[in-house]
Amino acid sequence: MYVNEPETGKHTPLFEYYKANGVRLIDFGGWEMPIQFSGILAEHEAVRERAGLFDCSHMGEIEITGSEAEGYLNKLLTNDVSAMSIGQAQYNIMCYPDGGAVDDVILFKMDEARYLLVCNASNTDKVYAWMQENNSSAALLNNISDSIGLLALQGPAAIRILKELTDADLDAIRNYHFIADQQVVGIPHVLISRTGYTGEDGFELYLAADQTAALWEKLLAAGEDYGLLPCGLGSRDTLRLEAGMPLYGHELSEQINPLTAGLGFAVKTKKTHDFIGKAALAAIRENGPAEKIVGFEATERGIPREGYKVFAADGAEIGTVTSGTQSPTLKKSIGMALLKAEASAIGTEIQIEIRNKRIKATIIPKPFYKRTK
Amino acid sequence: MADHKNFHYTKEHEWVEKLTEDTVRIGITEHAAEQLGDIVFVDFVADLDAELAKGDEAVTVESVKSVSEVYAPVSGTVIKQNEALADAPETVNAEAFAGGWMYEMRLSDASELDELLNYDEYEAFVAEEEA
Repeated sequence: MYVNEPETGKHTPLFEYYKANGVRLIDFGGWEMPIQFSGILAEHEAVRERAGLFDCSHMGEIEITGSEAEGYLNKLLTNDVSAMSIGQAQYNIMCYPDGGAVDDVILFKMDEARYLLVCNASNTDKVYAWMQENNSSAALLNNISDSIGLLALQGPAAIRILKELTDADLDAIRNYHFIADQQVVGIPHVLISRTGYTGEDGFELYLAADQTAALWEKLLAAGEDYGLLPCGLGSRDTLRLEAGMPLYGHELSEQINPLTAGLGFAVKTKKTHDFIGKAALAAIRENGPAEKIVGFEATERGIPREGYKVFAADGAEIGTVTSGTQSPTLKKSIGMALLKAEASAIGTEIQIEIRNKRIKATIIPKPFYKRTK
Repeated sequence: MADHKNFHYTKEHEWVEKLTEDTVRIGITEHAAEQLGDIVFVDFVADLDAELAKGDEAVTVESVKSVSEVYAPVSGTVIKQNEALADAPETVNAEAFAGGWMYEMRLSDASELDELLNYDEYEAFVAEEEA
């Protein structure tokens, strides 16, 4: 029933703030992180209705520079890096030769010969090692994760709150674009990116680690009148799940390739550049993946959780739940599951085994939640 | 409303309120509810009329992020379940010692109550666990 308080773990720049404010921390992939501040449901609702602020400083940041950077990244990543313009962010998968995923990442094009790659916290060492191992060109790599803080300000009021603190032209930043070197409440060199992991409008702010706690407190203060809440990993997970976004280790992994995960939009098997995993992924695309990640909603009471078995209406086992929760916004149980492709059509009735019984569910399209404004 | 300082407690963070000579009402403590976070589902694993031995699973409580079992703190028969929790599981967070009660049992051995903790002993146990 209790979460163990970790004795040792990696800390974000907000660790002292957490200690001083009595925020309960849990172990998350080796990091001591808050699961919640005021409560997962309240934080979730704040992001959907108003705004929420997340500490994402545990994420990894790797800088790639040099004239060979673009070609190198094109070899390493599934999306078409050549298509990027300066100031653009691009969702990408880094794959193994068999198509399995090393990680999913966001790539920022800072300059013609300078990129920033942002990866999942617990994958940072693995990603950096893989990048070094496959660097036959002269691209310069630098893991700057420890010197960078990352705060995500998400929700419909995010833009109004951030405008209180900066003169940067936020309206001009389109979705999946950014502006670097901005000043926010006197803090210099802040990269402001219109990205997020919640399904809402919002910004991610990359800045020097030692300025992160100051920006956190100033954002919270500026957001008070807007109903901004500090948010933990719990609501981050329920928000991304409602938005139908994959989480590495659940819907995407070394075993679950991006086509199985439904991330084909980021897999450019027709790009001119060869890339690691291309042959395998082209073949999977040609033949169709054997399994698929689907979205489902339960039509009977119960909460499907990761690892629960999924059965067809006729009782045959067809897969496993990869993520599941009671959706705070939709007030029903939703989730994603890895199912045999032939059993994965939208509208299919399935059953999920929860403890001693099976409950009915229906395969439905993702995302479960889409913002209207 | 009954004073929860007169309830019996377990180290598994359940409370037991003696209703009559041989019936009790059972729930989880405020401390447990707070640790679990927002409770979104209460699943009665043991049906009405089920005979439970001390330590058997009776209820599953699910918060957004966790699944926890509530065990029978004493032996007996399930005689009532708090059906209001089906539509309002958050009552467990709001009033753990009152409206958030989970089920009632008819005791098969009333002397088992003597083995449970009293309020002060439970409070001391929690303080020790937190330290």
